[in-house]
Amino acid sequence: MLAFNLEYYKPKTIEEAVECFFLLKKENKRAIYYSGGTEILTLGRLNLLQMDAVIDIKSISECLEFNFEHNQLIAGAALSLTYIEERNYFPLLSTVAKEVADHTARNKITLGGNVCGQIFYREAVLPFLLCDSNVVIAGEGGKETASIHQIFNGAFQLEEGQFLIQLLTDQEYITMPFASLKKRQQWETGYPLITVSSIKVDNRLRFAFSGLCSFPFRSTEMEDALNQANKSLHIRIQQAIDHIPAQVLDDIEGSREYRLFVLRNTLEEIITELEGEG
Amino acid sequence: MTEKIAIPLNVNGEIREVVIRPADTLLDVLRNELSLTGAKPGCLNGDCGACSVIVGGTVYKSCIMLAVEAIDSKITTIEGLKNSPIQEAFIKHFAFQCGYCTPGFIINIQALLEKHSNPTYETIKEWLSSNICRCTSYEEIEGAVFSVVEKSSDE
Repeated sequence: MLAFNLEYYKPKTIEEAVECFFLLKKENKRAIYYSGGTEILTLGRLNLLQMDAVIDIKSISECLEFNFEHNQLIAGAALSLTYIEERNYFPLLSTVAKEVADHTARNKITLGGNVCGQIFYREAVLPFLLCDSNVVIAGEGGKETASIHQIFNGAFQLEEGQFLIQLLTDQEYITMPFASLKKRQQWETGYPLITVSSIKVDNRLRFAFSGLCSFPFRSTEMEDALNQANKSLHIRIQQAIDHIPAQVLDDIEGSREYRLFVLRNTLEEIITELEGEG
Repeated sequence: MTEKIAIPLNVNGEIREVVIRPADTLLDVLRNELSLTGAKPGCLNGDCGACSVIVGGTVYKSCIMLAVEAIDSKITTIEGLKNSPIQEAFIKHFAFQCGYCTPGFIINIQALLEKHSNPTYETIKEWLSSNICRCTSYEEIEGAVFSVVEKSSDE
């Protein structure tokens, strides 16, 4: 139960949603775009997030698109993760999405909610980082498309009133060899320790990580180290670890040392699998 | 202060008018406004599954859903199931101890069977990983599910 009151709006168009946001702002009301809402309600219940209004984007048709057009896969921000899994248009995304929370929760968790959330895992962004996807966002200035690498730096860098509409991925990436492993401290359920996702593009491996640092990321420095085919796997992995871009997490789910131990094994597993493929 | 609003909810085949705050979760509205106390408050965090209900044919955890999101959808709570095969199987297999998690499990299994009449073991496991039983009646719950699946595949 939320201790505070809020207003609820469910616009049918992008323009209505943005207009609603700025009208509320004029009334000094803080609005949040709402998709699945699982994180908003969870953090709101704990008073870790407060707002005066939510703007539900689930009736905006562009946010519900999931289809191929002009050799690109369009994935709407309001698609539930189970819908994405069931359609399975993007096998790497399905694999990653299937590991988020649990099946019933994934009926509610949406793509946009996961990648734009505050909780640091945000695993669903990894496939898009690996595939150099584009991002469609809308705000006061209308709709715009940009590379995910311009907009995503640890988190989506959205301006006030902007929200995520779609993620666009070139079809050629969809069929490339991939591997994605999520490691938990115990069993098959529970909070994640780390997730490592990888695709093989032009005989070179790309890597993206979640749960290693306080934000999900893809690192070209780590990729350079991991792709040194003339060096031993042990040296490649050690050099990649030397290039981790921020402090490795050290929390109740796992110590820094344990995360690095798991990372080494996971990288070895993925490289062995993907380098074995033609 | 945000005013309360009157909304219609289609619950277990009946249209019920409720006066709620837009901030109210579906779980709170079902329990406090409609006295449908079958969906249980457990973790209130979307982890345990005790509050599961079916909305528009899909199972959701009602503690992480606003009641206003369920307008225009058919809501089924445990009270809406009457002697369904899975309820009878739970009794036959003693698939509960304290019973607190039971409505959530039954609703989730009901949704599973409506979607997959003959689910694989992996599918059953994936769906039911959404619910937690602190009394650890998992083996009996599994027995109850399999008995219904086997029965439906025999028919």
